[in-house]
Amino acid sequence: MLNINNLHAQVEDKDILKGINLNVKAGEVHAIMGPNGSGKSTLASVISGKDEFEVSQGQILFEGADISELDPEERAHKGVFMSFQYPVEIPGVSVTNFIKTAINENRKAQGKKDMPASKMLKLIKEKAELLEIDRKFLSRSLNEGFSGGEKKRNEIFQMAMLEPKLAILDETDSGLDIDALKIVANGVNKLKSSDNAVILITHYQRLLDYIVPDFVHVLMDGKIVKSGTKELAHKLEENGYDWIKEELVN
Amino acid sequence: MNISTESIILNDKNSREQDIDMNFKDKLLSSYIAFEDHHEDDSPLHDIRNKAIKTFEANGFPTKKDEEWKYTSLKSLLKSDYNILPKQEHTIEFKDVKKYFLHDIDTYKVVFIDGVYSSFLSETTHDKLDVCLMSSALNKTKYKPIIEAYYNKVAKEDSLTSLNTAFAKEGAYISIPKHQEVDKPIEIIFFSTGSEAALLLQPRNLIVVGENSHVQIIERHQCLSENAVLTNTVTEVFAEKRAVIDYYKIQNDGRTASLIDNTFISQEKESNCSVHTFSFGGNITRNNLSFYQKGEHCDSTLKGVTILEDKQHVDHNTLVYHISPNCESHQNYKGIFDNASTGVFNGKIIVAKEAQKTNAFQQNNNILISDKATINAKPQLEIFADDVKCSHGCTIGQFDEDALFYLRSRGIAKKEAQALLMYAFANTVLESVKIPELKVRINKLIATKIGVNLGFDI
Repeated sequence: MLNINNLHAQVEDKDILKGINLNVKAGEVHAIMGPNGSGKSTLASVISGKDEFEVSQGQILFEGADISELDPEERAHKGVFMSFQYPVEIPGVSVTNFIKTAINENRKAQGKKDMPASKMLKLIKEKAELLEIDRKFLSRSLNEGFSGGEKKRNEIFQMAMLEPKLAILDETDSGLDIDALKIVANGVNKLKSSDNAVILITHYQRLLDYIVPDFVHVLMDGKIVKSGTKELAHKLEENGYDWIKEELVN
Repeated sequence: MNISTESIILNDKNSREQDIDMNFKDKLLSSYIAFEDHHEDDSPLHDIRNKAIKTFEANGFPTKKDEEWKYTSLKSLLKSDYNILPKQEHTIEFKDVKKYFLHDIDTYKVVFIDGVYSSFLSETTHDKLDVCLMSSALNKTKYKPIIEAYYNKVAKEDSLTSLNTAFAKEGAYISIPKHQEVDKPIEIIFFSTGSEAALLLQPRNLIVVGENSHVQIIERHQCLSENAVLTNTVTEVFAEKRAVIDYYKIQNDGRTASLIDNTFISQEKESNCSVHTFSFGGNITRNNLSFYQKGEHCDSTLKGVTILEDKQHVDHNTLVYHISPNCESHQNYKGIFDNASTGVFNGKIIVAKEAQKTNAFQQNNNILISDKATINAKPQLEIFADDVKCSHGCTIGQFDEDALFYLRSRGIAKKEAQALLMYAFANTVLESVKIPELKVRINKLIATKIGVNLGFDI
């Protein structure tokens, strides 16, 4: 589904990604781990189309087509979704109104008419229940005054509503206590299918106990230096990243 | 030009030809003579008017050299040949103006056409409260006590307010006795039909709200043609102790209409007054809004949403004078400016030495959509007490890039995302609108102005 070939990306002439290669197939869960400053969030931003990052070399192929020059909304229409590490607050737009607009904009891009109100309401109710989101939450301004955990649950709620093909979860576990983590993980697991894929960007191994990855990659200094299975994540948890650095030198 | 005792007959074609040579100020001064001739010499109002015209004569129209008018020029407006004392009465069919009223709910209405009261379109009352005309109030004996106690007592004596005072004869008069919860909002609407080439309107409103009474007022000026209209209006509002007044100004007039709105609000203790100003239309609009907190424990709210395009101009000049201790004031003005539109925000807060424990907050946030739009913002705080909390914040910028990206990452196209952000930005001011039907109305107006597809409920 996603083929990243030799991807180089910079911000303000500084190289952050220095040749990323990654292949993700439908039905797979990939975890990307790495020390701070390795380029994890940059990778997420570049795939979703944040324009402060410039792709200087390489390709991002999504279902065979290069998306590296597409606008963020065009990538979303193709089925790419990113759950943000720090979701923005947008006072004045309610959660409900926001998600309705997003869904209908996506339908418009596919040549479909707006979703009928009754169907929309039913879908909202269903997905809110999945993420254990209280109804009164939905009429609040988007992310305004939300705790870290509430913001992350709201991100996964949006994912549930939009049903993307590829979901990139950027440090979704940061700032979550164990209960919130379980709810979020449960939501993601329910949404997983053989038709979609998930990339988990995470600093801690803890999330991977709940959302079990098929592959774990280590990102260091802008490159993926090691790939393995979930055992790799355990080893990193116990030993840190230094042993990998030593391996590379030798 | 001095005021002589010679009368000049207006609406006479010959004399109008002479008038073209006189500038607007001179024309007004000579019109005053004819105007004053129609009134009794010994009424106290005569003295008030005479003093006022002398103030106007001495100062004339403000120019850019005046600090308070630095960014708003009246020059282009003063060139027109205005009909100052229109006498003809014109009628309007309700169906043609229905959309300017709130029709989902019942309201009192005081409606004027070209400065003349329209009984056909109005719905006044004298049952438990007076919602009626200034001309009645100024001339009938039964209103004398209120007029003597309140008329012209809070209005500033600047040139334009004085000009209005000199010519004041019609407008809305609202007097509410104590302990009244006014059952319906009151709509005050000034229509102009534009049958004259250019029209000067100077409505004068007086609103007195008794102890512990509650009222909601909506004011609107609407030009129904493409002819130039200049409205110089003065509204005096008196809130007795514990009164609650919610005032909404809808400024969505045509592009040939200009407005100078002078509103003065005097608050006795524990009263709560709010003014929301929605500025979407018009050519040049100047809002002079002043609150005087005479009593303790008062609350004052000044809010505005301005959305302009093309070459429109709006100038919000606010004053909150904390005279007594333990009072609060909140100001929140938001503006969105496109094309070559211009905005001014001049927000003054004065905290007197005795006004300890004042909480005064002022916020002015602006979005400039095009390179040619301009804003001039000047918050001014003059604080003479030492135990107060005052804050002011002013932002001028483009869109929040992170918020834009967030919306686009969900599939919302750039243009729609910008519109949604602008809508959200303006919407936060609407939270404090207490008439639900009005809130919906303004919300839709904002959405239309911004181009947001409101498929959703509010």
